[in-house]
Amino acid sequence: MSNELAAGLAGHRISAELCRENFKDLVAPLHPNEARVAAERCLFCYDAPCVAACPTEIDIPLFIRQIANGLPVAAAKTILDANIMGAMCARVCPTENLCEGACVRESSEARAVEIGRLQRHATDALLASGRQLYRAGSPTGKRIAVVGAGPAGLSCAHALARAGHQVTIYEARPKGGGLNEYGIAAYKVTGDIAQAELAYILAVGGITIEYGKALGRDISLAGLRADYDAVFLGLGLGGTNGLGLGDVPAGVSDAVAFIAALRQAPDKTVLPIGRNVIVIGGGMTAIDAATQVKLLGAECVTIAYRRSKSEMPASLYEQEVAQVRGVLIREHLVPVAFEQAGGVVSGVTFARTRREEGRLIPTGERMTLAADQVLIAIGQTLLASDLADGGLSFESGRIAVDAACRTSLPGVWAGGDCVAGGSDLTVAAVADGKAAAASIIAALQGAAVPHHAGA
Amino acid sequence: MADLRTSFAGITSPNPFWLASAPPTDKAYNVVRAFKAGWGGVVWKTLGEDPPIVNVSGPRYGAIHGSDRRVIGFNNIELITDRPLEVNLQEITQVKRDWPDRAVVVSLMVPCQEPNWTAIIKRVEQTGADGVELNFGCPHGMSERGMGAAVGQVPEYIEMVTRWCKAATRMPVIVKLTPNVASILPPAEAAKRGGADAVSLINTVNALMGVDIDQMAPWPHIDGYGTHGGMCGSVVKPIALNMVSAIARHPATQGLPISGIGGIEKWRDAAEFMALGAVNVQVCTAAMVYGFKIVEEMIAGLSEWMDQKGYARPEDFVGRAVPRKTEWQHLNLDYVVKAHIDQDLCIKCGRCHIGCEDTSHQAISSLKDGQRHFEVIEEECVGCNLCAVVCPIENCITMVPLREGEVDRRTGLRVGGHRTWLEHPNNPMATNPRPAKHAAE
Repeated sequence: MSNELAAGLAGHRISAELCRENFKDLVAPLHPNEARVAAERCLFCYDAPCVAACPTEIDIPLFIRQIANGLPVAAAKTILDANIMGAMCARVCPTENLCEGACVRESSEARAVEIGRLQRHATDALLASGRQLYRAGSPTGKRIAVVGAGPAGLSCAHALARAGHQVTIYEARPKGGGLNEYGIAAYKVTGDIAQAELAYILAVGGITIEYGKALGRDISLAGLRADYDAVFLGLGLGGTNGLGLGDVPAGVSDAVAFIAALRQAPDKTVLPIGRNVIVIGGGMTAIDAATQVKLLGAECVTIAYRRSKSEMPASLYEQEVAQVRGVLIREHLVPVAFEQAGGVVSGVTFARTRREEGRLIPTGERMTLAADQVLIAIGQTLLASDLADGGLSFESGRIAVDAACRTSLPGVWAGGDCVAGGSDLTVAAVADGKAAAASIIAALQGAAVPHHAGA
Repeated sequence: MADLRTSFAGITSPNPFWLASAPPTDKAYNVVRAFKAGWGGVVWKTLGEDPPIVNVSGPRYGAIHGSDRRVIGFNNIELITDRPLEVNLQEITQVKRDWPDRAVVVSLMVPCQEPNWTAIIKRVEQTGADGVELNFGCPHGMSERGMGAAVGQVPEYIEMVTRWCKAATRMPVIVKLTPNVASILPPAEAAKRGGADAVSLINTVNALMGVDIDQMAPWPHIDGYGTHGGMCGSVVKPIALNMVSAIARHPATQGLPISGIGGIEKWRDAAEFMALGAVNVQVCTAAMVYGFKIVEEMIAGLSEWMDQKGYARPEDFVGRAVPRKTEWQHLNLDYVVKAHIDQDLCIKCGRCHIGCEDTSHQAISSLKDGQRHFEVIEEECVGCNLCAVVCPIENCITMVPLREGEVDRRTGLRVGGHRTWLEHPNNPMATNPRPAKHAAE
């Protein structure tokens, strides 16, 4: 390829063929025989630790037993009964920290049952079968607004629809799925699975999505509260943190936006990619951005993290995904300045840090790494302007909720990344949506919903 | 290095591992491969009279699979050899000539008339074979024609045919027994009365392996219909061990050489059969599943174990466990064990707890200080072994005997003494009832 080693930002660093190869499934689907062997390893534990480790409490031993006994679609029903986004969660859950981390086989032989891959096997079988397991309940006449068609909103909407409530989802973007559609590395979600799952969820009936409708711009919380019997906020985190290093030269961009653009690009090879890329951050966004930019042909990709590797929010497994693809992870580096030439980034200067009595302090030493592209992945924030109604309580910059996902506003529930105390995981967002729906259903079932003017 | 040579009813072989009369021994090609692999002997697949029988051309075999599709039970509806008698006899002659140190025994099955048995046994004698095995065991197909298990289920027939055969030949006569009987002892006694030099058991167990619930027919099926077959493989080993040991300890059959057959897959299986009185063992299913090479592990394993135990020859341990097999009424009711969970080995799957909780004695707790933790409640534990059996980790749960004088926290009584049911005061028929050694406190 002519652009393979071009300096600066350039598209077409890799061929279309190599791109297909690089962005194929990170984890291959299980062949039916592999699935059977994998399923037979499950011990069918009593009060299984894997279930306790799953935010949505999928009955894992049961669904694995169903796979082992030749009924993957029945297994999928067990999964979806607990987690309607079981197909995506099978692909994006950090299972090494959740179900598989708790698997007793992990302690007995350092090799957990492959729960994630088995879950994918079952949900793939369901999607391939074309069977719809759920349908909307008898209409209750209640109308509920859901803000955001991401995992929290969809999970909530699906449960509400099954209970017979009429749901309208307001989604700011042109497509649904939230981060599943815009924020996950492409090799984890091959086959347009996010849209396939979205379609499956919507096929339950009783849910309409209004695309291109953003809270704070096209709709307001006060308006929704007036028009609907209940409101669920699952708007995610619309903003990203900046480094605050003054003028940002060309070539420096937001990793979240980069990943979204990559996911939406019909041809990924056209994306302008640097030859020498630095990704700043230590979470999943940093890993996904760094790995994908490497796979698109960047020669040298470095993740710079201010703390130690062991403190990175990205799991060891995720770090390895990046490392085996050639990404270098460097620790104890805090960016202090962009280097530039003619308004174009040429490097980043870092201050080295170390731990001293539990605190991260600069060592006084500085170093500069050359770069022609810098991606910032240091966290996302709730855009408070979206919720400028007043009345909502916040906590650590996110919406404060109780265990049932109730906000401080009567008739308003919230869940997913936009609420405080969350773990920023798809599966946790699904669990929130489910919990909120249960709470909403219970509230609307009451003869009167005491604190809701519209009831 | 242990000497594995064995002499079974006067037939010597370099090791106790023989291939049973079955598909693996149907022709010279297979038998020669087996001998090259190291098998000590074969029982040639059952010969019959010409014209040869005809086998089905649909599936002959079925199986039960365990985890990882391991074949744990195997079933067949194959009949005796379907090759002309003369072809088999010529091959047997050649193979025995080429492999003089290996045992070559010929299995036979002909209609229940003396001239038929005399005629075939005379022809086998001319091959130089080491002995004959009378197939009174095949439970399918041939039994419908009055042969195989149809003979083996009638002790009088066993005795009669055995006697004919003994009268017709100088060769050792082994009688192969069917397990499809209420008790294995009458057939074994009959064989002995008829003059059998040895018995071999078990033949296959009557079985229907499954049902094709799409076609609503037994599985496997032949053009839509199925029939019962003979089951073998590791699932039948316990049946075989019970029968072998019954013959080994029965006064009327004690001392009759036994060739143990039934689910032998590895050296340890062989050691178990031999400990219960088998002089040698015969294998079929494991060879059909894994090929002849398994005998290497069997030979090496048995030899290694014998060295560890100081057994120089198989005779040193054959039958050693027989005196320890007894009737329930002779078991010590004053013996008490309690399950013990090794917390270092425990992986906290909880199967011991749920099995005990749902189906047994509620003797294993699942929480300690709010944490997942499985521990035996000695006050409830009856020592039944369920937990140890269902535990996926070997030796994690063991049954620990209480020592003399220790208090059984379930009964509150001190442990000691030795009362069987025959001496137990709860037994209305006890002739000499005795109280517990230690009185309640």
